[in-house]
Amino acid sequence: MTEWSDRVLLGSARETRVTRYRRWALIVIPLAAILFQVYVPLFFQFLSYLELPLLVTVYFALLRRSPVGGMLVGAAIGLVQDSLSHQPIGMFGIVKTLVGYFAASIGMRFDVDHFVIRFLLGLFFFLFHQFLYWALARALLGQQVGIDVRQTFFMGLLNAAVAVSLFHILDKLKERA
Amino acid sequence: MDSLLNRYRNITLLLLVIFAQLILLAYQVKSNQDVRLIRVWAVTGVTPLAWLIESLRSGAARLLEDYVLLHDSVQENRRLRAELGRIKMENQQLKSELETTDRVKALSLFQARTPSRTIAARIIGTGTGANSRVVFVDRGSPSGVIRGMAVVTPDGIVGKVIAAYPITSQVLLVTDPTFAAGVISQKHRVHGVLKGQGHSTCLVDYVQNEEPVDPGEWFYTSGDDGVFPKGLPAGTVTVSRPGNPLKQIYLLPAGLQRGLEEVLIILEGVHQPIPEPQLAGSEVQLLPPPPTDQPQAAGAGAPAEPASPGTEADRLRERYKQIGEAQNHKFGEGLPGSKPPDFNLTPGQPPAAQPPASQPRPPASGGPPKPAAPPTNP
Repeated sequence: MTEWSDRVLLGSARETRVTRYRRWALIVIPLAAILFQVYVPLFFQFLSYLELPLLVTVYFALLRRSPVGGMLVGAAIGLVQDSLSHQPIGMFGIVKTLVGYFAASIGMRFDVDHFVIRFLLGLFFFLFHQFLYWALARALLGQQVGIDVRQTFFMGLLNAAVAVSLFHILDKLKERA
Repeated sequence: MDSLLNRYRNITLLLLVIFAQLILLAYQVKSNQDVRLIRVWAVTGVTPLAWLIESLRSGAARLLEDYVLLHDSVQENRRLRAELGRIKMENQQLKSELETTDRVKALSLFQARTPSRTIAARIIGTGTGANSRVVFVDRGSPSGVIRGMAVVTPDGIVGKVIAAYPITSQVLLVTDPTFAAGVISQKHRVHGVLKGQGHSTCLVDYVQNEEPVDPGEWFYTSGDDGVFPKGLPAGTVTVSRPGNPLKQIYLLPAGLQRGLEEVLIILEGVHQPIPEPQLAGSEVQLLPPPPTDQPQAAGAGAPAEPASPGTEADRLRERYKQIGEAQNHKFGEGLPGSKPPDFNLTPGQPPAAQPPASQPRPPASGGPPKPAAPPTNP
């Protein structure tokens, strides 16, 4: 194995240990992310492109390293987000359930503390989230919504950059098991 | 069997959760009904926090603004006291107060002027989703807000209520891709459907290429959609070009151009006429209205007839009536062949003296009868 793969892939029990969070943080952080999305774009329109609930879902799923846990966190955040949108309930729920599941699966294999990995994961899951939502809106709801690939990619880069900083801040709140 | 389930436990749970949400989604799409309970819980849980944050923010901003204004006014007071004195300072303060309350005044003026029954509301949050154009307002179902009500500002339409909750209501903005409303152009009365596109401009759809629509032209609500009353401003045309198969018309929504803080929800809409366009450079000189007609023909010595608002026939009838009264003649009572009143006399002039009955008649074979004495004015 090369030095790079040693850094990125998890190889020991020490690295696979589950990160635990304080209980209040598990409620407050997703709620704050949703509140941010509800309130802040009132004053800064461009921040509506920031998908903080998605980033929080990815973060918790990566660190929990449990597909079921990540899936439930994603489903809960997605359903609350659905309730505050004008779409039928379940759209964000399905998308974030899948995001949580896959993020946790990836977290079991990669060293997600590495900032490059975090950036790439942030970009990948944003694009995955947007594409899946677009596909579901067309397939399940029959909405003729378009997707601007270039704009979505730039939004993905923005969200990935924010993900690196956000994950670093959230690392301060975790407690080791 | 157990080992098989344990092996595929994660993927089985994932499929179950996805399947459950798909069932939920299918139920909503099929029945066209919302799972209201979940929404009410989530909205009631989240929007009070948004309302609290907004109240804290606006309170802090007001406090800071007041402090800055006070600080400025002290400095200004000193400067003006040296320059112009206390009266100008008071005038300045009044002007600044007027400016700060301008927006609220515009809203209340519009509310008072519009025939529709409205209620004011404040924006407290936006909807979730990167492409979502949805906001929450601080008026809910207890205030009489129900789904489908129009939301406007004095500048134009803003959106429509898509859900009313106990504390708040959800408003779909005109820029949302799922928004649609019937509109009509001001100048050529071209009908179309206003559609949101997810960004700052809207599309006016279903307009034929032959229909004339000019850039800068205003579009108003047509009232066809049953949501917006007719005659509310929708926006101005920024781009109008032929397309295939329909004309491409892009509109700048007027209601969203000055930011969104306070809005009006139309509880009971009243249709209004579309205002006529003001043609540029077509100033027309209009004469003042003519003076009211005064009776001049009777001469300076004649008594003025009472002003009558009626027609010429009415005035003639009034004159004959006065002549009849002056000569003790009652119209409609004389027998056929009886002597009519003298219509040549001016009302108020006594009739000519009648020859006494004892006066001998002139001989029939004599000269022509003497003419009657000319009437004299008293």
